[in-house]
Amino acid sequence: MNFDATNRWVGCFTQPADAKQMKHHVIRITVNGDRHTLAVAPHWTLVEVLREHLRLTGTKHGCGTGDCGACTVLLDGRSVNSCLTLAVEVDGREITTIEGIASSGGELHPVQDAFIAHGATQCGFCTPGMVVSSVQLLATNSRPEEQEIRHALGGNLCRCTGYTKIVEAIAAAATQGEEAEG
Amino acid sequence: MSRQTLIGKSLPRPDAKAKVTGGAQYTDDIHLPGMLHGALLRSPVAHARIASIDIDRARALPGVKCVITGNDVPAVRYGNWRLVPELQDETALAVDKVRFIGDEVAAVAAVDADTAREALELIDVEYEELPAVFGIEEALAEGAPHLHDAHTDNISLTRNIDYGELDRAFEEAFHIQEDVFTTHPVNHAYMEPCSALARAESDGRITIWTSTQTPYYIQCLLARTMELRENDVRVIKPHVGGGFGGKMELRPWDFCAAWMAREIGRPVKFTLDRTEELATGRRRHAVKISSRIAFQEDGTITGKEVRAWLNGGAYNGMGPTATFLIGNFGAMLYRIPAYRYRGLYIYTNTPPAGAMRGFGAPQALYAGETQMSQAAAALGLDPIELRLKNSMTEGDEIPGVATVGSCGLKECLEEVRRISGWNEKRATLGRGHGIGVACYSFISGGVFNWFNTKYPFSSAEVRVFDDGTAQLSTLAADIGQGSDLILPQILAEELGLRMDDIRLVTGDTAACPQSDLGTWGSRVTLMAGNAVRRAAKEVKERLFEMVSLKFDLNVIHELECGDGHIYAKNKPKRRIPFGEVVAMAQRANRGEPIKATGYYTPRDCGLVSPAFSFGAQVAETRVDLDTGKVEVEQMYTVHDCGVELNPMAVEGQLEGSIQMSLGYALSETLVMQEGRTLNTTFLDYKIPVAADMPPSISKTVETFEPAGPFGAKEAGEGLACPTAPAVVDAVYDATGYCCNDLPITPEKILGHLGA
Repeated sequence: MNFDATNRWVGCFTQPADAKQMKHHVIRITVNGDRHTLAVAPHWTLVEVLREHLRLTGTKHGCGTGDCGACTVLLDGRSVNSCLTLAVEVDGREITTIEGIASSGGELHPVQDAFIAHGATQCGFCTPGMVVSSVQLLATNSRPEEQEIRHALGGNLCRCTGYTKIVEAIAAAATQGEEAEG
Repeated sequence: MSRQTLIGKSLPRPDAKAKVTGGAQYTDDIHLPGMLHGALLRSPVAHARIASIDIDRARALPGVKCVITGNDVPAVRYGNWRLVPELQDETALAVDKVRFIGDEVAAVAAVDADTAREALELIDVEYEELPAVFGIEEALAEGAPHLHDAHTDNISLTRNIDYGELDRAFEEAFHIQEDVFTTHPVNHAYMEPCSALARAESDGRITIWTSTQTPYYIQCLLARTMELRENDVRVIKPHVGGGFGGKMELRPWDFCAAWMAREIGRPVKFTLDRTEELATGRRRHAVKISSRIAFQEDGTITGKEVRAWLNGGAYNGMGPTATFLIGNFGAMLYRIPAYRYRGLYIYTNTPPAGAMRGFGAPQALYAGETQMSQAAAALGLDPIELRLKNSMTEGDEIPGVATVGSCGLKECLEEVRRISGWNEKRATLGRGHGIGVACYSFISGGVFNWFNTKYPFSSAEVRVFDDGTAQLSTLAADIGQGSDLILPQILAEELGLRMDDIRLVTGDTAACPQSDLGTWGSRVTLMAGNAVRRAAKEVKERLFEMVSLKFDLNVIHELECGDGHIYAKNKPKRRIPFGEVVAMAQRANRGEPIKATGYYTPRDCGLVSPAFSFGAQVAETRVDLDTGKVEVEQMYTVHDCGVELNPMAVEGQLEGSIQMSLGYALSETLVMQEGRTLNTTFLDYKIPVAADMPPSISKTVETFEPAGPFGAKEAGEGLACPTAPAVVDAVYDATGYCCNDLPITPEKILGHLGA
């Protein structure tokens, strides 16, 4: 799969041969509250546009095939793999990246506080995707069971932590949110 | 009242906030003005002579700024084994020959990544294919084609160890446990793909940002391949998204970024994609191990013989070290009066193997520990009893190798037996349900100077300021394991300051003292930690003089730092704020800053390591007798890592190692077909996800390691070893099937069950 018809190594990000000639499309997107108008090639992915064009490098590019979840962002409030989302698909839509999870005043989301306090980050490369997935989980299920947390993280790989402290952090953030409400 | 101590406190990481907000910068996150994007052309064939390379069409593509091949750059051979130059067999780009599928042949730098990749497709390479070898037997067969002209066969290195009266041990043995094992290649699967960004400065010097565990090695080896002086290369290590041994060598993209940046006067960045990582990246060695152990009737070990054949792939890199380590770990854990080891490091036309968490120990201990459990069955003894009978203890000597300074192995075994309910469960859980055990020992840094450095192994500079803060500069490399937490924690403890009083300067060869060998072999806490303590002690002595003088203390008074002050230990009211003492010392020193550099180089502690950790692990598994699927229901771990400096950080290491090791035992393998890696995405290369992880209980047996800072030693790397043999033993307990060829798969279990 990494080779073309002539057995030449081409990697996984092959583009249409005439990509250069393809017309750019103008899209309007809101990212973390900021509005942007961008001209994008039809094959550009959302992660590419976020990282290379908007320089929002908190979103990580870990695999390009939607398996690792390091590129997870919220699209109109729902988590998606930004490496599997084409930029042209998100015209007119609202995106939240890891840079937009804390309040604009810099106050951390309870999930972020809990990740720090529970030692849920090691190398930190999966962390932005983990945090975004966790925020999405708690938005839809404010008091998840441990197994629900583990399943909600099914699209996010981590190689450092064994997930233990990540799961603990999310459970603690949920408890804290409940206490704040109660 | 004794002072507050930071040792044993679960402090959070200073870099955690940057990591949870997306602010932590990794190499690929850096964007420099005018930066170009690089891409590598790789060989599609396993073994071939390069008849011709035509780069004209690629060069002509608009947006392409530079194309290089092995013909355009000096053919300097490099590798981490500088001590033995014959082992340095790799060039950044292929010269005349390619030796594995994925071997780097040419590099392109262009205005964007799309253009760079398009240019790769315009490079025409004519390969004259050569016969290739992929497995150990093929490579060693008479008349086999050999990979490197410098050798007359495919053996790159041999290692022999001999001591004791081995033949007699086997002649007089009551039971000889003899088995052959094979292990499979697996990938580190660090989440951050490799990346390097280089800039040529106006004076010709090079600055390179790279995702590495070992900035110093990159500096030295890049300088050599670029034909520069070492100090003309500045290596900056940004945040690194995991390494696990896979990022401790100079790699072709480091060289190509630097070379092309100098050639065209613009910064060049390479970032690998995941398929490149999985298909061509370094991997844990596939090894064949033949092992026999001699036992007396009561279970006492009298001798052991191990033969190992390591599939090293096409180039040595760091890999040959595993030949030594398998030999070493074959003789660890138990008292073995006679031992013979023969290890062969073998070239094949497969992607090179290298260091990966445990580096030889997972294979050696998978074999050795599986044999211990099988021998127990043969001798009619309990597997834990057999281990306890033979276990090493403090003060034991491994001939010519090391003395064990601290050892909690027996306590670990006893505790894991207790918490797992072993005695009630072993052999009694019923068909399909089993419990198994395995142990490990691991090093706390390496002694052997294979890099042939002329600098100390670890260095740390400590400066103190009159505002009550301190600065720690060290090249010790945090790749996620947390040295940027532990080293400041050690310094804060020594100086009696708070964590936020410590500023850390790290990851820059131009700003940190020479040198630190980087992150591998669980060396950083012990070696860099000792260097930090030595620097701190020197600074403290100079500050203590001031306090003694100020209070006119009797010479017998001991002084101490704590709570932001320096005071007389037995007259704590005689105290001065830390910053004020620094100001006094500077005045006494005519304004010159107060600073000291501490060094650590292991000396007079054998050939392997200054300290060894130990532990025991039990796995409880359920095997579906219809499908062969193994479910690990519960893990129990008890380990001896000396004094835990930061328990939360230690737990994180332990929990992470279980994930990687369960993958090694059950789900991960690089599927190879004639040198080609077939599973090149995370969809096909299965690392465990959160829902796959079993519940886990862990405990520590605390010993005090005399060689370590505050009694600490290795944690979390050695734990890469016991999980696979513990699961193998549990599956054996559940089904009677003992897996001698990792990984354990449903097919193998069903084959045994005759389904």
